[in-house]
Amino acid sequence: MDKKVTLVLGVIGADVHAVGIKILDYAISNAGFNVINLGVMVSQEEFINAAVESAADAILVSSLYGHGEIDCRGLREKCDEAGLTDIKLYVGGNIVVGKSDFAEVKETFVKMGYDRVYPPGTSPETCIRDLKIDFDL
Amino acid sequence: MNILLTADFGSTFTKVSAVDIDNKKIVGVAKSFTTIETNVCEGFDNALKELYAICGKIKFSKKFASSSAAGGLKMISCGLVPDLTAKASKMAASSAGAKVLKTYSYELSEHELEEIFVLKPDIILLSGGIDGGNKDVIVENAKKLASIDSNFSVIVAGNKTVSGKIAEILEKSGKKAIVTENVMPEFNKLNILPAKEKIRDLFIENIIEAKGLSDIQKLMDREIVPTPLSVYEACEILEKEIGTLMAYDVGGATTDVYSMAAGTPTMLNVVIKGLPEPFAKRSVEGDIGVRYSISSLLEEAGADNISRNISVSVKEIINWVETCKKTPETLPKTETEKKIDEELASQAVLISANRHCGFFESYYTPVGETFMQTGKDLSDVKYIIGAGGSVINAENPKKILEKALFSPLDFSILKPKSAKMLLDKKNIFAAMGLLSREHPKTAVKIMQDEFLELGNDS
Repeated sequence: MDKKVTLVLGVIGADVHAVGIKILDYAISNAGFNVINLGVMVSQEEFINAAVESAADAILVSSLYGHGEIDCRGLREKCDEAGLTDIKLYVGGNIVVGKSDFAEVKETFVKMGYDRVYPPGTSPETCIRDLKIDFDL
Repeated sequence: MNILLTADFGSTFTKVSAVDIDNKKIVGVAKSFTTIETNVCEGFDNALKELYAICGKIKFSKKFASSSAAGGLKMISCGLVPDLTAKASKMAASSAGAKVLKTYSYELSEHELEEIFVLKPDIILLSGGIDGGNKDVIVENAKKLASIDSNFSVIVAGNKTVSGKIAEILEKSGKKAIVTENVMPEFNKLNILPAKEKIRDLFIENIIEAKGLSDIQKLMDREIVPTPLSVYEACEILEKEIGTLMAYDVGGATTDVYSMAAGTPTMLNVVIKGLPEPFAKRSVEGDIGVRYSISSLLEEAGADNISRNISVSVKEIINWVETCKKTPETLPKTETEKKIDEELASQAVLISANRHCGFFESYYTPVGETFMQTGKDLSDVKYIIGAGGSVINAENPKKILEKALFSPLDFSILKPKSAKMLLDKKNIFAAMGLLSREHPKTAVKIMQDEFLELGNDS
């Protein structure tokens, strides 16, 4: 890759699922991206602080424990406030409780300002493919 | 006989001590008023005369000195995000023994530029952005600093991509700019040693002269070091011998806290948050002191609170504070004054301990209660050392230092649970730091002998 794309990655909220995030970090780093992995239990402020300091191109939010909707709400607005106006927001995992219709879930998150929303069981390759499209790589 | 002289030039006193290297003991200590406005050499000569009066004329094998005269090494640190590079640059400056007057984050405002002009720092540590990260803010700040009509030096320790450009901007405006490694090269990775080295170099090259210490420097066998750095080094070397420790130096203008411990979690189910802190950490509270900074200390501690704690009226407390502000060399005489002075020192220890030590927050997650730790967990620290006039001259120094221990009132702050209390009764901490550069074993031995252990009876 000619240009290095910087991504901030983490599990949001009071979520301690530590395995998936390591797999994502490994896969995305190997695909040539510069990954800043914040690990588990990451607050919105931490995502933003890391993105400001590293001039990140995208924030990748993971949530496994069902509270994703509450945890993710307002991140876009906070990014705007912090001057991160062009940053892309990705979200994935088990972002809501139960077996709701994913199309509806996706719409909710898109309205919240997320650029890419992934259902449970998405492979890292899908995300990497999208990153390459979004950043013209 | 191999007798070494150490001298510490403070803002009010010049302290000297004679150390017998072969027998590993202090021969004598003396002090005199520092006359920085007229001539530091005079204060030094007077202190020496005092010393000779105690132990006779001595031919010293070597002479070392530290200084916190003329306000100490005054620094301002700048970073990008408050919890990240701004905090990292503050830590770097503190660990170099500086008095950090202010820490700024994000782009500097007009008001902050005026503040910098008024504060007259010796050095500004400019950081911001990890390597390859944000560069706009640090470049903008360099331009703004360049516009200030003041002759401070700038250490550039930010995003390496723009370091050269920043140095150019600053040098064009006639300021000395020194480029070094980023204080945070990667996200959340602390790298403060290179900046610390540059601060030391700059102190030797420029600051000593600017502080009027050139004549003293010529008499010494080693470079003069900032006093807090000397104490820092004494703590470092003592820790290697006796184990983890914290030290509190309650001064007139600042309260300095040192912790020599890893600070790793002692509880279960802990997730560590925020910037990792160094094993050897110093923090300096510029608003907490028992003379020059007594007003801000009183404000933070609360006059009502102090009045309740020691059963002294608020009016009497205010009177004491006014007296100390007018004449900082005042010593407490009456029982009431002693009580107030001691309580203020206790509050200084309490406030600075709460700021220095890490803390935890508890969260209920689907796997049960989980703790998030920010900063250092100092629960298991073995020793707490007290220093500074108000502490060592107090009738009950143990009571003051106990404020550094864990308290159920601030249960989330990770202060030592139980620690042995030591007192730098003879005021030799800085001297031992100086000595440790050439005679580490002797310095440790003397500290072990001279530091007074505070038992249950004292």
